[in-house]
Amino acid sequence: MAKRVGVEVSIAIAEAVKLAKAEVIPAYPITPQTHIVEHLSEVVANGELDAEFIPVESEHAAMSACCGSSAAGARTFTSSSSQGLSLMSEVLYIPPAMRLPIVNVVANRAMSAPISIWNDHQDIMVQRDIGWIQTFAENGQEAVDLTLHAFRVAEDRRVSLPIIVNIDGFTLSHVIEPIELPDQEDVDAYIPPFKPKYKLDPRKPITMGPVGIPEVYTEAKMLQDQVIKNSKKVILKAWKEFAEQFGREYNPVETYRTEDAEIMLVTMGSISETAMTAVDKMRDAGKSVGLVRIRLWRPFPGPEFRKAAGKAKVLAVIDRTLPPGALCGPVGAELRSLFYKIPGSPKIFSFVAGLGGRDVTVARFEEIVEKATGYAKKRPKELYEVIGVREK
Amino acid sequence: MIPEFEKFKGFKAKSIPKDEPLAPGHRACQGCGEVLALRMVMKALGRDVIVCSATGCMEIITTPYPHTAWRVPWIHIAFENAAAVASGVESARKVLKRKGRIPKKHIDIMAVGGDGATGDIGLQWISGAFERGHDFLYVCLDNEAYMNTGVQRSGCTPYGAMTTTSPPGSESFGQVTWKKNVPAIAVAHNIPYVATASPAYYLDLMNKVKKAALVKGPAYVHIYSPCPTGWGSAGERSIEFSKLAVETKVFPLYEVIEGRYVMSRKITKPKPVSEYLKGQKRFRHLDEAHIDYIQKRVDADYEKLIKLSEMT
Repeated sequence: MAKRVGVEVSIAIAEAVKLAKAEVIPAYPITPQTHIVEHLSEVVANGELDAEFIPVESEHAAMSACCGSSAAGARTFTSSSSQGLSLMSEVLYIPPAMRLPIVNVVANRAMSAPISIWNDHQDIMVQRDIGWIQTFAENGQEAVDLTLHAFRVAEDRRVSLPIIVNIDGFTLSHVIEPIELPDQEDVDAYIPPFKPKYKLDPRKPITMGPVGIPEVYTEAKMLQDQVIKNSKKVILKAWKEFAEQFGREYNPVETYRTEDAEIMLVTMGSISETAMTAVDKMRDAGKSVGLVRIRLWRPFPGPEFRKAAGKAKVLAVIDRTLPPGALCGPVGAELRSLFYKIPGSPKIFSFVAGLGGRDVTVARFEEIVEKATGYAKKRPKELYEVIGVREK
Repeated sequence: MIPEFEKFKGFKAKSIPKDEPLAPGHRACQGCGEVLALRMVMKALGRDVIVCSATGCMEIITTPYPHTAWRVPWIHIAFENAAAVASGVESARKVLKRKGRIPKKHIDIMAVGGDGATGDIGLQWISGAFERGHDFLYVCLDNEAYMNTGVQRSGCTPYGAMTTTSPPGSESFGQVTWKKNVPAIAVAHNIPYVATASPAYYLDLMNKVKKAALVKGPAYVHIYSPCPTGWGSAGERSIEFSKLAVETKVFPLYEVIEGRYVMSRKITKPKPVSEYLKGQKRFRHLDEAHIDYIQKRVDADYEKLIKLSEMT
């Protein structure tokens, strides 16, 4: 029987990768992802996992080696963060377009300058359009479960796409939580061996990654878009089967005390747990507040989000990145598009909080709700507002 | 001595494989020395190979979708990272073999790129793959500039050569730097096999590629590849220039086997470099002083190489 143990989330993720029997792990160390790859190299060194750990010379090489490994038919895992994710950016676009499944756990961290090792979502938001399926974990258990789910979905022949599982750097990666690590046989039943439809094999030679002339490029990109949109069916089914196998249920969008809530906070990642505490406090004070959390970021679960939050009067959307010169943060922009010109849809106010490791406390959520309530009556001048700015 | 070499007798003119793993019908320019070299590389390797290609001329001329000239598995990811892609392929095959998921049969893995992909933008990825000791061969097809993008200078462009980013003018005479010695960089990684080759000496080229494939661990073959389009030379003279480059000591042929330098062809009666420079538009602006300088430096470099072969 699977046991709940107190374990650091990074170690638990590495254990999940071991349970998933990853075969090739090209990785380069970067704070705060290091504990994941350290533990993986340890389990490979100890013979607990029959895999090749490639200690590459950069993140760009890590992702390049991932492409070669996946194309050759091996289950492939890597992990990165921040500057490292940006360094591999050129290559990140390629595996989804070439339908190469890879699982990449990103320990989200701010982007330089000023250089910061602490948590926010800038690193992944600049990679928003790379074409990977992207999920966000709220806690350690979810990080483990989403990692297992990622292998299952990525390698499904109907999907055959790479997946990024986002975990907040430090606030998730470095905390010790009680986590249930599933039994090997259950994981084996959940994740079948990787059998790609096409691979590099001299017995059946194929050309992978040819030139796309203007006559074919548009169609190739459209096909890629269709594939990731269609992947949602497989993602949902894999979560349903996960619940049956392991007893934990996951949905693309989660809600907390949203019944009849007039104002809903919208979050992604680990700040959602603080947001729940804030919701409880505000509910106790008689405020009609709930929380909507986005777990599946790409493909964006439009209908699910509308169903979860469509009845709210106000959405207070929290972005963990501040794109300079933009109208608002990416999550805010996405939701404004989703509800644009739909009659009776909620008013959307966009907030930026928790940059470069600044805590987003219960008080901050209260402040956000208070501001959003005010803005519902009197429209703000800007489309977003930065929360928690130091006065001195 | 490398044990894998013992059984290899070398290719003979009569025994060159008729099979063409790189099919004709690709879109290379007339007289392209690079594709000619690549054809011989593939003849030497046969069909049991996986090719990881860098972005460049050879990539675009062989694979405009839906066409392909490749009869072997071939993958292209990006410009600078063919060696890292090959690392991934090699590691994947290692673990899959161990787990009994693919046949145990040995398959060669080749990464291939031009001089820009190798000596400039891709140097780090190659260095990483060499240092980690992956069992693969890296082939550099050196046509001495970024030809695919329209003849811009690279670190491998020879001194004095005119390119679109090293134009001669009132303040310049073309490329102001000496050609980067990429084989020496490969040697510095203590890999078991490094060689230079030329399509004019095709048996020598094929033998070196085969040895690079046979040896366990990383191997590097640097192949001189004339580019009529980029050099302003006549297409029918590509092989002639390949020969002249060797005979004038501009591009010496040698092997470095486990650190030991072995000259493939000692040039005892060298032709003057001016003979090589003549007939290539990229050098036509050079005056005697520059040609003199090139001659002196070519001689000195060759001397150094001979000394290395005597020392090791």
